[in-house]
Amino acid sequence: MLDPVSAKEASARAPLLQAIGITKLYGNFPANDAVSLDLYAGEIHALLGENGAGKSTLVKIIYGLIQPTEGELRWKGERIVLAGPSDARAHGIGMVFQHFSLFDNLTVAENVALGLDGKEGFAAMSARLAQVSRDYGLPLDPKREVWRLSVGERQRIEIVRMLMQNPQLLILDEPTAVLTPQEADQLFVVLERLKIEGRAILYISHKLDEVKRLCDTATILRGGKKVATCNPRAETASSLARMMVGADIGIVKAATTRATTVPRLAVQNLSLSPDDPHGVYLKDITFEVKGGEILGIAGVAGNGQDELFAALSGEQLTSDGAVVIEGAAAGHLSVTARRRLGAAFVPEERLGHGTAPRMKLSENALLTGHAASHMVHYGFVDRPATLATVDRTTTAFDVRKAKRDPEAVSLSGGNLQKFIVGREILREPGVLVVSQPTWGVDAGAAAVIRQALLDLSGRGTAVLVISQDLDELAEIADRIAVMFHGRLSETMSAREATREKLGLLMGGASAAATEPEAAHAIGA
Amino acid sequence: MGLVEAIILSVIAASTPLLLAAAGELIVERAGVLNLGVEGMMIMGAACGFAGCWLTGSAFLGALFGIAAGMALAAIFGLMTLTLAVNQVATGLALTILGVGLSGLIGAGFVGERITPAAALYIPYLTGIPFIGRILFGQDGFVYVSIALVIGIWFFLYRTRGGLILRAIGDSHTSAHALGYPVLTVRWMAVLFGGGCAGLAGAFLPLAYTPFFIPGMTAGRGWIALALVVFASWRPGRLVAGAYLFGAVTILQLHAQAFGLGIPSQLMTALPYLATIVVLVLISRTRNAAGSAAPASLGMVFVPDR
Repeated sequence: MLDPVSAKEASARAPLLQAIGITKLYGNFPANDAVSLDLYAGEIHALLGENGAGKSTLVKIIYGLIQPTEGELRWKGERIVLAGPSDARAHGIGMVFQHFSLFDNLTVAENVALGLDGKEGFAAMSARLAQVSRDYGLPLDPKREVWRLSVGERQRIEIVRMLMQNPQLLILDEPTAVLTPQEADQLFVVLERLKIEGRAILYISHKLDEVKRLCDTATILRGGKKVATCNPRAETASSLARMMVGADIGIVKAATTRATTVPRLAVQNLSLSPDDPHGVYLKDITFEVKGGEILGIAGVAGNGQDELFAALSGEQLTSDGAVVIEGAAAGHLSVTARRRLGAAFVPEERLGHGTAPRMKLSENALLTGHAASHMVHYGFVDRPATLATVDRTTTAFDVRKAKRDPEAVSLSGGNLQKFIVGREILREPGVLVVSQPTWGVDAGAAAVIRQALLDLSGRGTAVLVISQDLDELAEIADRIAVMFHGRLSETMSAREATREKLGLLMGGASAAATEPEAAHAIGA
Repeated sequence: MGLVEAIILSVIAASTPLLLAAAGELIVERAGVLNLGVEGMMIMGAACGFAGCWLTGSAFLGALFGIAAGMALAAIFGLMTLTLAVNQVATGLALTILGVGLSGLIGAGFVGERITPAAALYIPYLTGIPFIGRILFGQDGFVYVSIALVIGIWFFLYRTRGGLILRAIGDSHTSAHALGYPVLTVRWMAVLFGGGCAGLAGAFLPLAYTPFFIPGMTAGRGWIALALVVFASWRPGRLVAGAYLFGAVTILQLHAQAFGLGIPSQLMTALPYLATIVVLVLISRTRNAAGSAAPASLGMVFVPDR
């Protein structure tokens, strides 16, 4: 462990790591364009930016995963060349990836062993693993296989693995993206402690509150270039957002006059065992969505949201009465038959589930629209009609693309998502089920999509939004329920759904336990 | 020698090539590579093994020729699927077709020739023990090598760091790459090892099973070896059980034919292949909550981002 030094003393010293004029070209496209960065010991440094701003490229260069086209890295003032992550680790640089670099079928201890140099024996390593996880309050069972663990526990493995290398610089790539608010708080405690121990932390995020709360310095990237380095505590969330996006972001707002009507989507006592051996059992789920309202389903990924979506869309059949669409029992109906009842579905995964990546947009429009949108006549495809659908979606949702009808895979994430959501919304469905509508989408496109969902519900559609993003649900949902281990909590109105309450439910606390004050009041 | 002893001896002989080829493929698949070219590499091993033995007069050198031939074909596979990132299934199938054709060409001049087969290794006194003596201590070198190979593979996979890295690469090549492990290098070595094993398995046929070469003499054993790896859920211990089970089915159908049960001989000959299909169907049906044991990256092409 390093000697504790105060943050002030540390920043008076020379930088621990300097990145100078880093440029990375992919073909002619600069993912990083002359980016410079100084990281000091005892400091948490935020790297802010939209998707595609070049954050990941920059940290991969610092971790030795990719080589810069131009520019150099200096470690304690000396030039270093990192041929690979093991070089970076040897210098004392550790990294926790956003998409965990874990092996599902191996045990916790085996996963940790793979992240170390292998010089110590397996037994000694296991003992040290137990020691470190106890010291930092990150409990782990070394013998469990990773696929049995929750997302929070998986991240713990990554962090413990990194700490066992005793790194001086820690890189964390969007560490709170998959955590409940309470789990995130626990992580911040660990990070503060690491900072006090005199380590440097590079913290990648696009959550501005977090950065303001935790970080001492922030570097903002946009389009591969550095926009500014600033003190995030001296900035406002909107000034940081403006630097990230380069423009003001439109504020999403609901129509003032909204009236809910009859239930258009109802789920009654839905229980389901999964197809996938690593899947989640759905247990006795009941809810309804009325016309004109948005129901949000929160929860940490992997708690049954995918299975619920499959049961609603008809990819997984259920007992007949478990899913009711527009008053008709639909549990046994195919996806197409459910679309004919007026339902529309937007899955989480854009490429491969929402669209066929190598097919053109017009063909993709046909794939979900063939049943109910008059694009097929007597078995023949009406090509002008499919192209017209693409054009209408393009104008209505500002989908930016290189030509009129490109392959789905050629669009950026945000534009493809606008196309997929737009394709369904333009059919004016009576029921829309959408999963993670703005996952990995830039802030501008996210605002467009959220506004469109609000407008659709304003026109009387029942909208179900499954999302991990609590801010998103707070912005658009009328009522919110939480999924945990395949069960759905009681729904509550968005006003009563505080972050604390949702966070506890996402962590598995029962609804009763989330209201300690009330219990006290009764006891008194 | 009693009938039971004779049957057991012939079961061992029929099982050994399956076990050798499947052991190699197990390592290949554990590294995340699906090489469907086992049949092609085996038949090349058979042709070159026979040629080597005929030219040098030594069954040992013949076996080395077989290994080299299997590895050479595996190197083509590695070049295509690893270095050039071509689809593994298509390349594997093409490899089998290539191997069958090429072995016919190489072996054409040797058809009808005879060699002295590999001698059984008799161990003084021990071989003389009644019944089990010949079974345990009177086999040819191939049999001992196949058993040692499986034990070695088990030890490597579960007791060494190299084995851990290999399993990790098969489970998630992106994670392994992110941690800095040389995914393609490890896969290259695994593919070459698998080729060598398949070549040795092929060489066993003309060097120890029948002392002559006929084109197409592997007769689908490579495909059975592939199925065996799935049957064994990618675990070495079960691989032995599976190989001997399939070997036994092969031999029993011969004896059943000899008894004249009135079942058409073609149907009996098809029995091992039918058994393969039935077993694979049963395995896929009984998949439980523990999940399929298949390496998660199996068959996926890996291109490192640079």
